[in-house]
Amino acid sequence: MSVPSSRVLRALLKSRSGFAGSVLVGVLVLSALVSLVWTPYDPTLARPQDSWLLPLSGGHVLGTDRLGRDELSQLLTGARSTLRTALLAAAIAAVVGLALALAAVLVPRWIGAAVVQFTDVLIAFPVLLIAMILTAVYGGSTWTAVTAIGVGAGVNVARVARAEAGRVLGTDYVLAAHAAGSGTWRTVRRHVLPNIAPTLIVQLSLVLSVAVLAEAALSYLGFGTPPPAVSWGRMLHEQQSYITARPLLVIWPGLAVVCSVLGFNLLGDGLREAADARLRVRELQEVPGA
Amino acid sequence: MTEDVTPLLRATGLSRSFRLPRTSLFAPAALRHAVRDVSLELREGNSLGIVGESGSGKSTLARLLLALDRPDSGTVHYRGREIRPGAPRRLTWFRREVQVVLQDPMGSLDPRTTVRDIVAEPLECLRLPGGHDDRVDELLRAVGLDPSVRGRYPHEFSGGQRQRIAIARALAPGPKVLVGDEPLSALDVSVRAQILALLNDLAEAYGLTLLLVSHDIGVVRHLCTDVLVMKDGRAVEQGPAASVLADPRHPYTRRLLAAVPRLPA
Amino acid sequence: MSLLKITDLSVRIGGTAVVEGVSLDLAPGERLALIGESGSGKSLTALAVMGLLPDSAEVTGSIRLGGEELLGLGDRELSRLRGERMAMVFQEPMSALNPLMRIGKQLAEPLRLHRGLNRRRAAAAAVELAAQVGLPDPELVVRSWPHQLSGGQRQRVGLAMALATRPALLIADEPTTALDVTVQADMLKLLDDLVQQHGTALLFISHDLAVVAELCPRAAVLKDGRLVEEGATDTLVRSPRHSYTQRLVDAARATGWDTPEVAR
Repeated sequence: MSVPSSRVLRALLKSRSGFAGSVLVGVLVLSALVSLVWTPYDPTLARPQDSWLLPLSGGHVLGTDRLGRDELSQLLTGARSTLRTALLAAAIAAVVGLALALAAVLVPRWIGAAVVQFTDVLIAFPVLLIAMILTAVYGGSTWTAVTAIGVGAGVNVARVARAEAGRVLGTDYVLAAHAAGSGTWRTVRRHVLPNIAPTLIVQLSLVLSVAVLAEAALSYLGFGTPPPAVSWGRMLHEQQSYITARPLLVIWPGLAVVCSVLGFNLLGDGLREAADARLRVRELQEVPGA
Repeated sequence: MTEDVTPLLRATGLSRSFRLPRTSLFAPAALRHAVRDVSLELREGNSLGIVGESGSGKSTLARLLLALDRPDSGTVHYRGREIRPGAPRRLTWFRREVQVVLQDPMGSLDPRTTVRDIVAEPLECLRLPGGHDDRVDELLRAVGLDPSVRGRYPHEFSGGQRQRIAIARALAPGPKVLVGDEPLSALDVSVRAQILALLNDLAEAYGLTLLLVSHDIGVVRHLCTDVLVMKDGRAVEQGPAASVLADPRHPYTRRLLAAVPRLPA
Repeated sequence: MSLLKITDLSVRIGGTAVVEGVSLDLAPGERLALIGESGSGKSLTALAVMGLLPDSAEVTGSIRLGGEELLGLGDRELSRLRGERMAMVFQEPMSALNPLMRIGKQLAEPLRLHRGLNRRRAAAAAVELAAQVGLPDPELVVRSWPHQLSGGQRQRVGLAMALATRPALLIADEPTTALDVTVQADMLKLLDDLVQQHGTALLFISHDLAVVAELCPRAAVLKDGRLVEEGATDTLVRSPRHSYTQRLVDAARATGWDTPEVAR
């Protein structure tokens, strides 16, 4: 696993989408980190005397909303909940996806087939729909949203991971490992996981982008992180009534969502290209043998 | 070779068929009989070549003999004990004695594993005592590689070198029997000659009993004392290499022999 | 007058020379084997003749087919020449076949394109071609899809396609390496017959001297992109002048059928 990482990183930054994705995701991560230690104002503090301030007035770079809350501070703090939801959801998706994929390929055939059917049925439901059903039942909270997004994206990861794991299990090196006395779990740990990791990483970066969008949508609809926590989705929801008067207050959080989704998507594309480039180099080395 | 010595490896009435993908909704899926009722014996110090063309079932037979696949019927005995696929623990003693080299040296080495870990894999899995690193160096030297390559990855090597690594892995637990599933056919002729010579030397040095699966009857002729010719899953002819190759009985064996390209004398 | 005359051919890809100063000469109807190991540049030499090298390759020297210089020709002229005067058979026959087109149509295509036959006559000629390359039940074969054929049958189709337009030069790049021995033997025999019949010149590329020994009276040995030895195959095998050729011969003898001693 260790060889290609630095080379992949270099290839990633060399590809156009990989570079753009890294920059956008970098901005998101940086905003979240900065908001932990510093924001210009308390993002949740309402100061009626400062309401509806225009950008660059009264010390508010992006202005304030109806309640006099600082827009920039809200944006920075919102990045935190966006990133946290996305990362947690991706972690859940990784666990769910891997577990379902390995269950499908390792257990006896009829159970495996049942697992495959189950995941395929779940794939038919959009992530957002699953999330809304769960929050409707269990009430809106960060955890419901995270779990719903994680599981919903996880079944999609499972399908890709299952195909990859099946491919790796069919290779001669796995056969050779069995002949060398390697047990199932050792084979999975030493051969299957490292070899499906690149595909999985690409998939998970796409899960991150789906999760950002889903988080925004859920909190916009009121199913996500409840107040007082700040989120971009709810900023959109709260400001939409005043969109004609103060369009910028809606545009900023909207732009933040778009850039984050785009960032993770581009990063995924870049990672895939980087991984492919590495494979292509290997193939080229072999060509003279043809 | 007297008849009353217990053979090292004995297979009796092995059969294995695979279900083909269904072609019709109503007809049952067709079966392909990859191996049909094959019996063989491998005696210590002898070496057996299993010859056949693609689809003859020779690789499936090799997997059955290695307990990597379960036969529909028939049994495999090693040193008089029955071998069946199952928990790795119960096969540890068998795997220490019987190892395999596969055809494609690119495919049989995990691209994300170092040479050291590849060669040490059987040592770890079969829980062999002693310092693995020293053993790996010794094995790499035995197959003609410099031990300093232990930290490199498979794609940094040529086909012949990769096959040497695969051979080092197979020799790691100090096996008595080495099974080669087409170990030479993915290689260029000149590399093939080197690996063939290496196998010959190693067999002599370690007292290995070879079981060689190949479509190339020339290779078998150079390495094996006995031959088994397979066609469509059946053993059509078997016996000592010298007599089968000099005086083939079955028409298919004759065709196979006639097809071998030859250099002008 | 020679049909194919390669003079001082060099190919560089990404700054590395993969073929260097190769000169070969092939008379009409003559057969020449090009021998070499992986990476010797033998396939690239063939691709250079066919004008099928990637754009990134730098080619210098001269390749003349029937007196006409091929290097520097445009894509249109090259593809006309590839259809009418020269053709190639590849190691992996599937790569030359369109998986979504029935065999008959693939055989008929070059006939309509280059010999100007109409649809019906081209279809009939396709069946004839299939029969000519020894495909059993040609009427059925022309109606099948590539995936329904065995490796040997596909290679026969590949050969039929290559010979459809009666080219003056046929380049065969390891056409039998992926095949079983008995199928290989049949294929070599067929190639021998057809080339003889049509008076086609043959450039046969292989890593195995034994395979070409009977088919090609003349052979050239390539190593690291350079020609190390060229001459009558018999002489080359019996008394090689170059140590590398000697090594190839020894290797072929050591793994093949031609040494007197049997196993230990």
